[in-house]
Amino acid sequence: MRRAPIILVSAAALLSTALAAKPVTFTAPEETTPAELADAESEVVRNNCSTCHSLEYIVTQPRGKGAQFWKDSVAKMINIYKAPVEPGDAEAVAAVLAKKFG
Amino acid sequence: MNQVDVRNWGRREFLTASGLALASAPAVGLAKSVEMPFANGVRPLVKFPQKREMILLTTRPPQLETPFEVFNQGLITPNDAFFVRYHLSGLPDAVDPARFRLKIGGHVGKLLELSLASLKRDFAVQEIVAVNQCSGNSRGFVEPRVGGGQLGNGAMGNARWRGVSLKALLDRAGVREGARQVTFNGLDNPPLDVIPDFVKALDLDHARDGEVMVAFQMNGQDLPYLNGYPLRLIVPGHYGTYWVKHLNEITVVDAQFDGYWMKTAYRIPDNDCNCLVPGQKLEKTRPIGRFNVRSFVTSHADGAKVAAGRPVELRGIAFAGGSNIARVLVSADGGQTWQEARLGEDLGRYSFREWRLGVDLQRGSHAIMVRAMTADGETQPLEQRWQPAGYMRNVVEKLKLEVA
Repeated sequence: MRRAPIILVSAAALLSTALAAKPVTFTAPEETTPAELADAESEVVRNNCSTCHSLEYIVTQPRGKGAQFWKDSVAKMINIYKAPVEPGDAEAVAAVLAKKFG
Repeated sequence: MNQVDVRNWGRREFLTASGLALASAPAVGLAKSVEMPFANGVRPLVKFPQKREMILLTTRPPQLETPFEVFNQGLITPNDAFFVRYHLSGLPDAVDPARFRLKIGGHVGKLLELSLASLKRDFAVQEIVAVNQCSGNSRGFVEPRVGGGQLGNGAMGNARWRGVSLKALLDRAGVREGARQVTFNGLDNPPLDVIPDFVKALDLDHARDGEVMVAFQMNGQDLPYLNGYPLRLIVPGHYGTYWVKHLNEITVVDAQFDGYWMKTAYRIPDNDCNCLVPGQKLEKTRPIGRFNVRSFVTSHADGAKVAAGRPVELRGIAFAGGSNIARVLVSADGGQTWQEARLGEDLGRYSFREWRLGVDLQRGSHAIMVRAMTADGETQPLEQRWQPAGYMRNVVEKLKLEVA
């Protein structure tokens, strides 16, 4: 039996959804710095990467993928997503991440 | 590797003295966490606005996964447990429903700027029950591991969506001769102007199939903010990347849209299996499209212990990309023999479908497997099909039951 997936709804059913025209606001919960990126050595990571995203993105990646994995990840952020990272910082970020998680 | 299964976290959750030190917060309390059943899988449980405790992947942009036990509590995923996935962190601070406008323009006869009131009043309203699933759902299980959001199986959900068909909106605007695709943009923006905005496209025929819709409600309520308030695109049977949130711009274009999120991202191998041998170079690609067929056991977690001497009632869900679930087969002996499960209520061909089967099991350890088939004859593979981006995992699920 193939049931038609779409169900038309009567206009009367909509009356209950009449306008509650208050602005809906959003505040994200406080962001935390993962312990593995909280040390002095990771400052370059925090300064650059957290411009665009929280740092959980980094520490949840699979481990042991090798230094190239982190070089490629940093290159992707810069070349594809246009992250404004200075070349020297890019190398330093990739090196710290490779050392910690490579 | 610790094999604690997150699906069972209600009983097995453990308190850690915050492995995730709150460097920027003054007080470090005891944070709840779960461990996904793959390496480096510890995740905090957090509460975001309008959400219950969810598995945190990233705070900014918000990425939240549904605890798997939710899928055993009903075929409809509650709004406050529905997964959340953003790409870019420029979320709007506020949405004013009185001022919000949906623009439909581009290669059309008449530019439309619709208020929410007009959308609800001036067009036929329709509903559909449909699964939304992230392209990278289950990426954390992919072997060899690949980069990206390291998700368990909880980046999926099934909801009853209410809204207006995209066809009706396009017809009202009047699609002009020569139109080829329709693009979709939402209020969320990149954190920096140089980063490509999240814009997706559908072919015109798909956009006008009558099923693709602009939804303003989910399970009888306004969309939660994090699921796209006030409007999101619903693309039944297709991966979540197309389900644009906070949808406010629909543009008809007379060429193939070549934005980053279509041309470069969310591409899959364009071959028969949509898969590669790990390490093989990805050459010919196409945009990701429909879901493949999947099924899960929801009644028992991997490693669960059950009492001997009475039948074990197995239960779960199955779904696919638009063809009805025709059969669900269950093996209790690691795939040597298969039994047909009973299918539950049919909420439509885009919905989760429940399955149930009672099995008699001797004392000992049993490898339970579940495999779904669609009316069109698609079935789940017994071996994983690997993609470099970790998309479209649908290998037959396997879990161990200990009968004692």
